[in-house]
Amino acid sequence: MASLKSVKTKITGVKKTKQITKAMNMVASAKLRGAQSRMERFRPYAVKFQDILKGLAGKIEHSAHPLLEKRGAPAACGIILVTSDRGLCGGFNAGLIAAALKTARQKQAAGMKVKFYHAGRKGRDAIKKHGFEQDAAEHFTLEPLDFQVAGQLGETVMAEYLSGALDEVLVIHAEFVSLSRQVPVLRPILPMALPEPAHDGAKEAEEYIYEPEAAELLAALLPRHIKVQIYRGLLDTSACEHAARMAAMDNATRNCDEIAASLSLLYNKTRQSAITTDLIDIVSGAEALKG
Amino acid sequence: MDKNLQLDIVTPDRLVLSERVDYVSAHGVKGDFGVLPGHIPMLVALSVGGLSYVVDGSRRTAFVNGGFAEVAGNKVTVLAESSELADNIDLARAMESKRRAEQRLENRETGFNMKRVESSLQRALARIQIHDNR
Repeated sequence: MASLKSVKTKITGVKKTKQITKAMNMVASAKLRGAQSRMERFRPYAVKFQDILKGLAGKIEHSAHPLLEKRGAPAACGIILVTSDRGLCGGFNAGLIAAALKTARQKQAAGMKVKFYHAGRKGRDAIKKHGFEQDAAEHFTLEPLDFQVAGQLGETVMAEYLSGALDEVLVIHAEFVSLSRQVPVLRPILPMALPEPAHDGAKEAEEYIYEPEAAELLAALLPRHIKVQIYRGLLDTSACEHAARMAAMDNATRNCDEIAASLSLLYNKTRQSAITTDLIDIVSGAEALKG
Repeated sequence: MDKNLQLDIVTPDRLVLSERVDYVSAHGVKGDFGVLPGHIPMLVALSVGGLSYVVDGSRRTAFVNGGFAEVAGNKVTVLAESSELADNIDLARAMESKRRAEQRLENRETGFNMKRVESSLQRALARIQIHDNR
């Protein structure tokens, strides 16, 4: 049977771990609030952007821009994988990485070359082990998260797409469904698909002045639209990361409670049996003296 | 008809400004333009620089890093990748990025990207100018 002292040390250890997981849970919940308010602040921009794009989409030919053009027989695929930088968030990153690997293998099976781009250290490290080609960008982490990160990723893939090194690009990121549910989603971003033009009569009745012309404006809008989409993925993933960590840490705290309870039981049993042994010693010693 | 305009400046990070104003003027890529209440719908690509607006007779400015302006139904919506009101411009940061850009222009090290340096210098100069003239 375990010695009293070792059980006691174990109990203290578990209790200290519990303090840490509890603190991490609270930190994650604070960060989640931050990430959610960021999504909130991004929404007006995204909504307005979509509106303008819709308004323009009806005005021009669909193949009028190289970013819109679908290529026959695509030979190379770029995957932007968005994960978190740190672990301790349950199966969150594992889910994203599995989704990415599955897609990459499918593309390879279809005879395409696959190249990975990263936002998030975890994804980069995991993909490295599987020997896929990776972009050698200096910046590959998710944090610090701002529009610049999305901008740079967008610039990189657009440049390679336009030069012909890539024929299609997709983003894999986590989508926030609820506090307890985050799912990996796959979103193709290149070649771009324009939103359906708005067909409400009120809007169409107004004739807009475009400066410069509609096609030129669209050419300026499209690259930005890519960045907006990537940025959305980054924000979503960041919120998901914190939600996943909250859940993981909540679980861990509960497990600590359970272990601490079973260890205290063991401690008390050990103590009890030690007392019993002592008593038997004393009683039998007294008996021996009497005799 | 309404006597003033609703001006919103939005960036991906936040809503920079949302205010009733009397007049807005900005630099479009094809030239400057002004918007008074009752303007017909318009969509303009903006160049990097100042955007000024008039509230109760006083003129204020904001820095806008490119983007687009939509005018529709007495509403002016500016979509920019970044933007600051004149009072919130970080002068030290602008000076620093101006210095860095100029240094890059002089040294022309490998990996030197003329377009990037140029636009960063342009942004810094515009910020400094707006800050000084506020």
